[in-house]
Amino acid sequence: MTRAVGKEPAVEIQGLKVTFGGKVRAVDGVDLTLGRGQAIALIGESGSGKSVTLRAIMRLNPERKTAIEGRILVAGRDVMAMGKRDLTALRGREVAMIFQEPLLALDPVYTVGRQIMEAIRQHEGIGAAEARARALQQFERVRIPSPERRLDAYPHEMSGGMRQRAMIALALACNPKVLLADEPTTALDATVQIQILLLLRDLQAELGLSTLFVTHDLGAAVEVADRIAVMYAGRIVEEGSARQVVLNPHHPYTIGLLRSRADGALAKGSRLQTIPGSPPDLANRQPGCPFAPRCFLAEERCRVGDPPVVEAGPGHRAACWKTDEAARSFQAQRAELADA
Amino acid sequence: MLSFILRRLLTVTPVALGVSIVCFSLVHLAEGDPLSSILPVDATQETIDAMRIAYGYDKPLPVQYALWLWKVLHGDLGTSIATGRPVLSEVGRAVVNSLILASVATLIGFTFGCLFGFVAGYFRDSVLDRAASAISVFGVSVPHYWLGMVLVIVFSAQLGWLPSTGAGPDGSGNWKPDLEHLRYIILPAITMSVIPMGVIARTVRALVGDILSQDFVGALRAKGLSEFGVFKHVVKNAAPTALAIMGLQLGYLLGGSILIETVFAWPGTGFLLNAAIFQRDLPLLQGAILVLAMFFVALNLIVDVVQTALDPRIERG
Repeated sequence: MTRAVGKEPAVEIQGLKVTFGGKVRAVDGVDLTLGRGQAIALIGESGSGKSVTLRAIMRLNPERKTAIEGRILVAGRDVMAMGKRDLTALRGREVAMIFQEPLLALDPVYTVGRQIMEAIRQHEGIGAAEARARALQQFERVRIPSPERRLDAYPHEMSGGMRQRAMIALALACNPKVLLADEPTTALDATVQIQILLLLRDLQAELGLSTLFVTHDLGAAVEVADRIAVMYAGRIVEEGSARQVVLNPHHPYTIGLLRSRADGALAKGSRLQTIPGSPPDLANRQPGCPFAPRCFLAEERCRVGDPPVVEAGPGHRAACWKTDEAARSFQAQRAELADA
Repeated sequence: MLSFILRRLLTVTPVALGVSIVCFSLVHLAEGDPLSSILPVDATQETIDAMRIAYGYDKPLPVQYALWLWKVLHGDLGTSIATGRPVLSEVGRAVVNSLILASVATLIGFTFGCLFGFVAGYFRDSVLDRAASAISVFGVSVPHYWLGMVLVIVFSAQLGWLPSTGAGPDGSGNWKPDLEHLRYIILPAITMSVIPMGVIARTVRALVGDILSQDFVGALRAKGLSEFGVFKHVVKNAAPTALAIMGLQLGYLLGGSILIETVFAWPGTGFLLNAAIFQRDLPLLQGAILVLAMFFVALNLIVDVVQTALDPRIERG
């Protein structure tokens, strides 16, 4: 097994389809390329397939119940073709993951230090003392106060923010190239969220990590990501740089997400806009654009076949028949708000 | 940890005292004078009274209890009415035999229970799971004295491989750890092990299923652990509960083995209790029940301490 040292992207996903139990198609044809050192945020509501996509990269979805189609390449190597040994060598060492709720993602009956040491020793075959020293370094890197003492703490003895820092320390313990973060701030207090986001951004720059970041929080996405990919019903409906997607969205769903945010752009006294309806039943997909039943621009052709992928700008694409109209509608409303 | 153990010891004291009161009064609930079974049918009232005074049955119950407790605390459980030997030595011998039988049975039950439980939990809803579950349901529900008799019929009477009764070839009633005595313990131990096996298998199956569905198992895989590495975590998470169940099962077996010990004439506490009840041997009965109850209290204490040592989430305060 040779480590590819080329210019291949950190992660390349082509035509990924994930089906659970033979019926529920959670991911329906995702193409995504994560360049080296890049940070991409996958955005979407619950059940849009973003976490499933993330887990598929390490093949963490339950093997027996999951059918995966398409190609997944990590540093040019085909993850789908990997055997058990290659897979365990990949996980934690090349690609590491941060989970949403660190209290649930850490083993409750092991100290946090032992869990980090375990990961290091699994991949590097070094002694316990050396592994402990490395774990301590990790704790210092994620800025955990009195790190020596915290190594011997159990997960339930730490605060939420501290636990997430420990989780990050664990993920980065073997110096992975790719970091997958599954809603790393969702379970935390608002003030702690920002600290963790800043920490992740700093670490990403410092270590040159390629990061794929799943969230349903647009603000968090803008904070850490270079690029944003918006997912709906298992497909990427819009992808572009963070600026392109947030300031010049071309897909009605992205626009809906942006409008439904309660932020400064919302005039006082006005109603918070929501997207009507609910996501489609993934076990019983209808033809056409999956967003059509909820879309404010939908027309007949949207319900018949898949929408085309339209280039909205350099490196900016949206899967919709009516990208221009959508973008115009968004800019018009923005101008209106700016005038008011 | 030491202060935790000391504190638990303190809380155990009133429990032990309560247990002693219950033990003492239980036997007085039964009808009939304990002396009537050893006195001749035509004994005069004077003889009866003299005996009552000699054994202290003439005093009020609380006084009898205080005197009894005082002696118990000094290691004197009285004298068996039937045999005239000290109750302590009778009970002690029986307890050792029962403890050996119960330990071997629990060990067998725990080993196979864990095996079936882990297999069933790991391969939920597979053929293996159904087979393991069927065995454990059988273990919990089969009447063990019946199973004991079936085993005796097959392995002693028909095949002649193993002895059917007693603890050893010399009939001394003392089990020793050698090959000859080992043959005597096999059938009763297997019969007895079927109960804890079933209970532990079902508990472990549920535990493993629950643990495997938790997020941290995915996180363990995500950091590159092999399936065996993950398995070690599952074991450590399941251990506190599984060991607690094992401890309690050992306690049940110590006291609840009257039927099995009687079927196999195993000279343990169950056999002794059986004899004491039929002979109305009050001091022996009291002593045996008290010792068994104290065993239970001690076992609970040990289980508590071990569980606390294994599971950091249990408060030590």
